[in-house]
Amino acid sequence: MNQLLFFAELKDKVGSESVKLDVSGKTVLEVKSMVNDTYGVNKISESMVAINEEFVTKETIIQKNDTIAFIPPVSGG
Amino acid sequence: MNERFWITEESVRVDDVVCLVTRREAGAINTFIGTVREFTNGKKTLFLEYQAYKSMAEKKLRQIGDEIKQKWPEAETAIVHRVGRLDISDIAVIIAVSTPHRNDSYEASRYAIERIKEIVPIWKKEHWEDGEEWIGNQKQTLQGVPAREESE
Repeated sequence: MNQLLFFAELKDKVGSESVKLDVSGKTVLEVKSMVNDTYGVNKISESMVAINEEFVTKETIIQKNDTIAFIPPVSGG
Repeated sequence: MNERFWITEESVRVDDVVCLVTRREAGAINTFIGTVREFTNGKKTLFLEYQAYKSMAEKKLRQIGDEIKQKWPEAETAIVHRVGRLDISDIAVIIAVSTPHRNDSYEASRYAIERIKEIVPIWKKEHWEDGEEWIGNQKQTLQGVPAREESE
């Protein structure tokens, strides 16, 4: 099982910060597309992705128990 | 040792960050204080709401500290970022860098705030009289990865 995390605008649209879903074996790009199909969050295409708190590329394959965080453009400071 | 890179929901005080980098070897302590601005491009902000992916944000702040250590080996850095609701003039971020000589402290401090705006998962939502919006003003992203991380 995987945990998907959403923040900022994505969190508002999805309606939750955390969703449990088994997406192991899929690429980051495939998961993004899946999330967009389910929740209608097309802005997810421009978000960065972190797996287990480290940024990854869109080709990265999700492993079992990975936590996948969708990181919209940041605006701290 | 006290944690020197953290996210908090409490109000933050400059002294609490500065004291973490104060030491006998330092001849300079540079502080950067980011505050909530009332007007952005002529539009009046009522208040801001900051959100963070806390565990990763603290990890990335520590990474910035490590990067500073690589570039300025004699620098010591501490950074705090506040989340939650912030009113106008409230402090959102405090960076303190101590170095033996002043030039490095200015440069490292500037480096820290620019990196925060690239790799630290924190977001702000502006609340106006007629609406609200999550702000995403990051300069560049490359296929899901911040530009400088891609090359690592």
